[in-house]
Amino acid sequence: MSKKISPMSWRKGNGIAGRSWKGTNREYDLFKELTVGVVVVSLLVVAASAIFSSPDDHSVTLKSWATSQPGDFVVTANAELGGTSDTAGYGPPYNSTSGSTQTIGALDLQSLAGVKIPIDTSKDFVIDPLKTLPNPPAAIATWTAASSDEQAAWTLAYGKALDKAKNNNPSNVATGNYGPVPALTNSLLTMAKQGSLDSVLQSGGSFYNFNYTRSVLFLGDGAYLNNLASTLHLGGDQWGMMNETGNYPGQSWLWLFSAFYQVEPFKSLPNADLVVLMIVVALTVLLMLVPLIPGLRSLPKIIPIHRLIWRNYYKRR
Amino acid sequence: MTSIVSPPTNEAPDSDEETASEGEFYTWTGKARRWMLKTLPPQKLLPQTQPSYVASWIYVFGMGAIASLAVIIVSGIILSLNGPSWWHISSLGHFVNSTHLWSVEFFFLFMVVHLWGKFWMASWRGGRLLTWITGVVSFAVSIAAAFTGYLLQTNFESEWVSFEAKDALNAAGIGAWFNVANVGQMFMWHITLLPIAVAAIVALHVLLVRVHGVVSPIDAAKTDTQLRDATFPDHHDTDLTGKTI
Repeated sequence: MSKKISPMSWRKGNGIAGRSWKGTNREYDLFKELTVGVVVVSLLVVAASAIFSSPDDHSVTLKSWATSQPGDFVVTANAELGGTSDTAGYGPPYNSTSGSTQTIGALDLQSLAGVKIPIDTSKDFVIDPLKTLPNPPAAIATWTAASSDEQAAWTLAYGKALDKAKNNNPSNVATGNYGPVPALTNSLLTMAKQGSLDSVLQSGGSFYNFNYTRSVLFLGDGAYLNNLASTLHLGGDQWGMMNETGNYPGQSWLWLFSAFYQVEPFKSLPNADLVVLMIVVALTVLLMLVPLIPGLRSLPKIIPIHRLIWRNYYKRR
Repeated sequence: MTSIVSPPTNEAPDSDEETASEGEFYTWTGKARRWMLKTLPPQKLLPQTQPSYVASWIYVFGMGAIASLAVIIVSGIILSLNGPSWWHISSLGHFVNSTHLWSVEFFFLFMVVHLWGKFWMASWRGGRLLTWITGVVSFAVSIAAAFTGYLLQTNFESEWVSFEAKDALNAAGIGAWFNVANVGQMFMWHITLLPIAVAAIVALHVLLVRVHGVVSPIDAAKTDTQLRDATFPDHHDTDLTGKTI
């Protein structure tokens, strides 16, 4: 005796849903529908494009940052030099800073991936770019010859002094023992203002470049990029990437992902990124497996929206 | 007006292939052809009729998503052939970029309505599990494809998205291989790998719809008038607009 299958099951069974339809048919032209669909959608797209266009806010550069907010640039350069910036303490895939990864219990996927894109912020963001100048500052030699303790003490002291200075302006910094740090950060500021830091960071001296990792990370370590994004309602606590510059719909399909970042306890979690990503992946898998889950797969029968969809069919029964 | 036609009564095979003896399919190619013809014969692949219950606006959205995908691909090819910065310096380029953006917006709009519609129709019934799964997977892969598009705008939006998005990807260990700030790598994903993936999954989804047919209404019963029509073809009934057939 065959086992009775639920009418909401995905299994083929002997029900009408699992057999060829033997009732009345209607004429249907697949190619005609596709042609009409393409024409209608094309007209809709052209109309929307003509009326609403698309946003194109110019990218910001290290040059525009150094020119408009030199104080923020120098504060960030000092942090890169001293290894105290967000990137310096990020962990994999950029460096191996211990205790910096996002984990769920013993699950540490970030460490598992390893340091695949190695970045030494002091060397890669400050010292090496300065070495490309026609006349590299002599302070590089002083910095390189110093011990790591001396370097840390100089950048820590200079960072505190910059915090106290009006507008973080290096020219307003009180006198102190900062070693070669002011000379290095000021040289980098000048280099950035002239526009040469952008190309050096992007291409590392090569002609071609397709990789903007260093520039993006350096920019993101400062307040400049983040403040601009917040002004354009793109911040993580403003539904972040789901939005788009200007009044455009953006990636509205990311609403669920962005929603978790807006509510407690998720938004305050130190491992929020990993937790939210895992939840969204789990929910996607759940949606995929709805037909296999008793109860969930019966919702369409309990909430009779199908009566509206097939109202002609039910009317003719 | 929707015209109602009698269901096909000729169950005889349409081609010589189906009448051929088993012994004639002795190669891999022949066996594959036999399997394909059995699984999806031409009249199922390109039908001229559909069950009478396939009459609702909800059925439009699946085709709308496919039509949008066609516009996305055409506008994307034009953009990529002209290079990533063309649209910043050309008014025509900016317009093509706008069509690419809006076709993506319509694509997701149609896809979401289609997905929800199919959920409330419980479209997985009658052996259609893989059809449902490929639908959800195509939605997920499309999100990845659209996301990489935002990384290739080469403007402030892409700059910010690459900075903001890296954290979730790095936390999951994906960022080491899928570096959102590496424009060259993202180009590969956006204009080659992900479009191929979306097109392949959508194609599989459509083929599965053709193999299994459109799912019948929930609680459809053998005693329904529409089913009896097949048994009594002379029986007069009304069509979907209420007119006597």
